[in-house]
Amino acid sequence: MWRRIVALVGKEFLALLKDKKSRFVIVIPPLVQLFVFGYAATFDLNHVPYAVYNEDRGTISRDMLARFENSPTFRLTANLHRDSQIRPLVDNKKVLMVLHIGPRFSSDIAIGRPAAVQIIVDGRNSNTALLVLNYARTIVQGFNTEQMNAVGQSALPAHLEVRSWFNPNLQSRWFIVPGIIGLLTLVVTMLVTALSVAREREQGTFDQLLVTPLRPFEILVGKAMPGFIIGAFEASLIVVAAIFWFHVPLHGSLLTLYTGIVLFLLSAVGIGLMISSLAVTQQQGLLGAFLFLVPAIILSGFATPIENMPPLLQDFTLIDPVRYYMVVLRSVFLEGASFHMLIPQFWPMAVIGLISLTLASWLFRHRMY
Amino acid sequence: MSHHSISGMRIRGLIRKEFLQILRDPSSIAIAFVMPVILLLIFGYGVSLDARHVPVALVVDQPSAGTSSFTASFRHLLYFDPVVMPDMHHAEEAMMDGRVEAIVHLRTDFGRKLHRPGGTPVQIIVNGVNANTARLIIGYGTGVWINWLQQYARDRGIAFGAPVTVEQRVWYNSELKSQDYLVPGLIAVIMTLIGALLTALVVSREWERGTMESLMATPVTMAEILFGKVIPYFVLGTGGMMLSVAMAVWLFGVPLRGALWVLFAGAALFLLVALGMGLLISTIAKNQFVAGQIAIIVTFLPAFLLSGFIFEISSMPDVVQLITHIIPARYFVSLLQTIFLAGNVWAVILPNALALAVMAIILFALIRRISRKRLD
Repeated sequence: MWRRIVALVGKEFLALLKDKKSRFVIVIPPLVQLFVFGYAATFDLNHVPYAVYNEDRGTISRDMLARFENSPTFRLTANLHRDSQIRPLVDNKKVLMVLHIGPRFSSDIAIGRPAAVQIIVDGRNSNTALLVLNYARTIVQGFNTEQMNAVGQSALPAHLEVRSWFNPNLQSRWFIVPGIIGLLTLVVTMLVTALSVAREREQGTFDQLLVTPLRPFEILVGKAMPGFIIGAFEASLIVVAAIFWFHVPLHGSLLTLYTGIVLFLLSAVGIGLMISSLAVTQQQGLLGAFLFLVPAIILSGFATPIENMPPLLQDFTLIDPVRYYMVVLRSVFLEGASFHMLIPQFWPMAVIGLISLTLASWLFRHRMY
Repeated sequence: MSHHSISGMRIRGLIRKEFLQILRDPSSIAIAFVMPVILLLIFGYGVSLDARHVPVALVVDQPSAGTSSFTASFRHLLYFDPVVMPDMHHAEEAMMDGRVEAIVHLRTDFGRKLHRPGGTPVQIIVNGVNANTARLIIGYGTGVWINWLQQYARDRGIAFGAPVTVEQRVWYNSELKSQDYLVPGLIAVIMTLIGALLTALVVSREWERGTMESLMATPVTMAEILFGKVIPYFVLGTGGMMLSVAMAVWLFGVPLRGALWVLFAGAALFLLVALGMGLLISTIAKNQFVAGQIAIIVTFLPAFLLSGFIFEISSMPDVVQLITHIIPARYFVSLLQTIFLAGNVWAVILPNALALAVMAIILFALIRRISRKRLD
């Protein structure tokens, strides 16, 4: 039996890798994408272009504006002289924020009356807008504290002490790069498995495979191994790059990490083969791959937290293996989670894997045209 | 073989043949109409960056009037779901287990230090793993703190000390609803998938099955074959686009402030680019398996991550910003977000539309070139 499986696995690898283009597509683009996405996907704001419309001639407003100029978050691109200049700048996306300071700003503050700074933000990207506002408020807050200390006014009755666990500088790259490991492992597994049975069905060679002495289980192992091996190989490359290139700290153990990777591959290969054996043509296989890939990534919590989703969809994410994989990756990397703590993530992936692999091998024989 | 004469009759014949093929394997129709519905529903409801009801542990070491006024101000907010915990030990455990996202800690000396210089400390500890959510929580927490300070000052009849107040104006999306900006971006991502998926396999299928050779033996020119491939899928794709826009406006309530014809003109340009991408993949790969693999690799993730749909392009490193220029979805996201939320802002619309037009021309010129070589 093992000889037959080895022969089949060998044939599957040949079918996959003998085509130069296919070999290239499976290996190179995922690695290139890791680097591009690793740098691209960040919620941290840098160099946000902004403009200032300062009607005030005093020094206090200049002191406050200097704080914005010295912040790496913001980049001053224009000084405005008329109210009417604001709208075209924001409309045309030249700036994301405009600071408007009225003519009585410095004199009001000098006599102890509160003065307002108007902050206009482009809300087309609401998340960016919210973060820009937060950054700007923090700068104004810092300025306020300094002002009050300077005039000797008894300081505020309470101050905030903010600490952040696991990611002290709140670098979103630490959050995103482990997530990208998840996305790329998924994509590579889909590349290898989603069309493999569909291709044989379309070309008619799958029927030939079925009349050989190979049992469905053996065909399943033969079809699953390439996805498994190539997936594990590329996941390892990406993990190495995450640690040594992106310097994401790996606090947990490699054993825990690899338990997660292996179980995830099991479920991803299973779903890929299931889609593939449901499809009669490669076009259908490709459609199936996308119909799984896209929701699986969206609902995984990769970019947007699962807690923000409506309850019904949150329940739906329970059948998404990527969801568990994301938790495993992030908590092993950043929180140093132990094997024991991640068991609630491990078993659902194992269950999804077993069910989908069983279904796939059942479909081998029972979906015939 | 004449390369340059284009016959309307022959094109009509090819289009008819393509439509018959579409009807035989209905997966193309599913791509154009079922996929956008499923994806928009999942995306539209599932993707939200608005942190609401964040579970937060409140730990008060020594309750007093001061601390209860502070904790009360947390309860009145939509953003937080505060849970009172007896001590820091419990709270830290809850944070490790992921039951709370942040801890607000008022220490024993809260009341005593209220009137000392420097003020009493209010400690906020956030789980920083998701840096974006953490930052939003800190922002909301700061808001709570400032409100409490104002209330505190008002209760005692003192002027609130802060010299500068912030007056915020958020244009185009004053309630900062993330759905309003995500749904237009989603349409761009979905249309990228539809466009490329529709055509990625159609030429390679003809090569694989040997029907391309048969086609070549007829008087049909390469240009006619291309027209015959693009027009049917353009019609399907436009249908998918209309469906998506209808869902955005009527189901998700996204305001459409620009003109409908501008929206559809931009969409038509983008659809040409997306279909062109699929055709190019199909022409290069020559077999469906490789074409499918390339389609998976080059469509979804780049459109999702590099188009500015979720991640702000201006915050990316310069090299990556340059790379985003070859992602067609980038221009379409910008067009859609502007046409939906801001209106007909020509200074944004024209350059993006121009970029799409240039991409379409380059793509079809490339396809023409590669296909002709093979005919010789």
